[in-house]
Amino acid sequence: MPEKFDVIVVGAGPAGTACAYVCAKNGLKVLQIERGEYPGSKNVMGGVLYRKQLEEIIPEFWKEAPVERPIVEQNFWFMDKESVVKFGYKGLEWGEEPYNNFTVLRAKFDQWFAEKAVEQGSLLINETVVTECLVENGKVVGVRTDRPDGDVYADVVVLADGVNSLLAKQLGFHKEFRPDEVALAVMEVINLPKEKINDRFNLEDNQGATIEIFGDSTKGNLGTAFIYTNKESINIGVGTTLSSMIKARIKPYELLDYLKNHPMVRNLIEGGESAEYAAHLIPEGGYNSVPKVVGDGVVVVGDAAQLVNAIHREGSNMAMASGRMAAEAIIKAKERNDFSEAGLSSYRDALYNSFIIKDLEKYKDAASLFEENPQYFQYYLPMLNKAMSEFFTVDGVPKKEKQKAMMKMFTGERGKLAVMKDIYRAWKAVK
Amino acid sequence: MHIVVCIKQVPDTKIIKINPKTNTLDRRSAPAILNPYDAHAVQEAVNIRKRLGKGHITVISMGPPPATAVIKKSIEIGADEGYLITDRAFAGADTLATSYALAKGLEKIAKNRPIDMVICGKQAIDGDTGQVGPGIARRLDIPPVTNVLEVLEINEQEKTILVKRKTAGGYEIVQSDLPCLLTVEKEINEIEYAPLPNMIKAARYEPVIWTVKDFDDVDRSKLGLKGSPTVVGKMFTPPKPEGAKMLEGTIDEQVKQVIDIMMEREELFFETKN
Repeated sequence: MPEKFDVIVVGAGPAGTACAYVCAKNGLKVLQIERGEYPGSKNVMGGVLYRKQLEEIIPEFWKEAPVERPIVEQNFWFMDKESVVKFGYKGLEWGEEPYNNFTVLRAKFDQWFAEKAVEQGSLLINETVVTECLVENGKVVGVRTDRPDGDVYADVVVLADGVNSLLAKQLGFHKEFRPDEVALAVMEVINLPKEKINDRFNLEDNQGATIEIFGDSTKGNLGTAFIYTNKESINIGVGTTLSSMIKARIKPYELLDYLKNHPMVRNLIEGGESAEYAAHLIPEGGYNSVPKVVGDGVVVVGDAAQLVNAIHREGSNMAMASGRMAAEAIIKAKERNDFSEAGLSSYRDALYNSFIIKDLEKYKDAASLFEENPQYFQYYLPMLNKAMSEFFTVDGVPKKEKQKAMMKMFTGERGKLAVMKDIYRAWKAVK
Repeated sequence: MHIVVCIKQVPDTKIIKINPKTNTLDRRSAPAILNPYDAHAVQEAVNIRKRLGKGHITVISMGPPPATAVIKKSIEIGADEGYLITDRAFAGADTLATSYALAKGLEKIAKNRPIDMVICGKQAIDGDTGQVGPGIARRLDIPPVTNVLEVLEINEQEKTILVKRKTAGGYEIVQSDLPCLLTVEKEINEIEYAPLPNMIKAARYEPVIWTVKDFDDVDRSKLGLKGSPTVVGKMFTPPKPEGAKMLEGTIDEQVKQVIDIMMEREELFFETKN
């Protein structure tokens, strides 16, 4: 007779592990199943981990977790072919406890986090693929794995199987993605000596910086590039929606090569040794793509529930928070011994009342706006660069005339009305 | 039948880096794994238990505390229980001191459950000596049968085993009395994809830890660095082979070039006639 657990968590990323941790800590019998060789071996993100949502699960985690650098400086770059307009903030308050966010290397971090759940009593098995949910009378009662004697049962199955959640799709919770709902990101980890990183980014040993790059970093397509500093390496990557890639006929690795050789970027990574190369899908459909997250005997968390805020580069924190909320709902359901959709619905309520869904709802039209209106990336960003160049160039032209010329530059080609419309639309999408 | 398998945690030498200054392995650069030959040893024990319809499989290792991971890995493959000998007193052991410590561990296991067979991998991929298995056999005074390719027959009544073993020029069929110690080649079996219940059992399993205090009859002068007469004189990284020549042109042209090279450097390719 196959064994029965209180909870089976499919996937050992931030969402699954947060859920396993909280469930195990509260005395539930938890089995966590990971398909990779170890937790984190298949997980990819740019590398920014926010403090708040993990601290709600493990207080003062930074004292023992393998974080790289606390981030004290965050930058936006608006890049053209041979120029860039920079905007950023550096604050030493972020360099002190409790910190704001950190850079992490996922392979290390995810292993550590999963180990913490194991310490709480969760059982973790690796190298095992869950092929389907076991469903009896419309209720999920366990999972089937690809191993011999591979069925195992539980009151609740937590689907934390990542962006392309085959299990949630099998249950009919969500459909195949449209190409504009997912981004494809590629990244490299480039080893560089600590001193070089500190010099090039104007940092001290325990300080990190991030740069988000818009514009020519994606050759004007909807997406961003990023550069993050680790202790002795740099994460550099770029992602655009699949639909943009298809439309522009570009390949992700070509974009990354283009970025690495860009005159505004190449000196930052020069002389580094490429240590890792990774590619991953990112769920960027936002509010409109969030699937059904609760069913009879099943909940969906993290990327599997499409919980990513692409505009604010938040994902792993939302994953952890959703995992924790799911765990709290499961604990309540256990008290009442009701694992039906109604019994687990407090997870959905918590999720929809939290910053997660509220933030996704706020930006629900932003992605499609930028997707459908390429002028933001392809017209305004180069224009902004030209305007700044004009502003800083001393050439004997009176400043008043310069300002006029700059305004004209923005409105000239598109016309005042179109520009006003664009500004209004953008403001509406992010207000 | 009680089979004990001796296992070792090793760095994955397929991806390990060498410290260019000291010429030693940079152990942080590679994940620690169950020595691949030992994985086949555990699998062979599982296969024998399956063939006989019953049996008990114990694994034992000596190493630092993280080596519990390879005991858990063995439970995944199908071992019933596992012991880890870990103590600073055992640190720095060469093959002589290691085989002494493991032999003591086996004696201790045998007190509770007599051992019918010991299986080891033919060597560890970090040291490549192949000495520990035979060293254990000598100390336990049982026959060592090295480089086993196949277990042909086990006769439980007569207490004999018939195996095929690899030799320098081919193979030979050997019969041995039980108990004996086998060291196995990778060709002996395929590691099976472990059943889910084994995975769950392994995740839950806590190996028995033995420190030096758990042994009442060890000669401390034979343990660890003290008991290790091996001296490493010099270490060097073998130079990378040089001088490869890439052939160019169409397939036909390339073949012709290969033939020309072979004819020119006949002595490398053909036995010279006396």
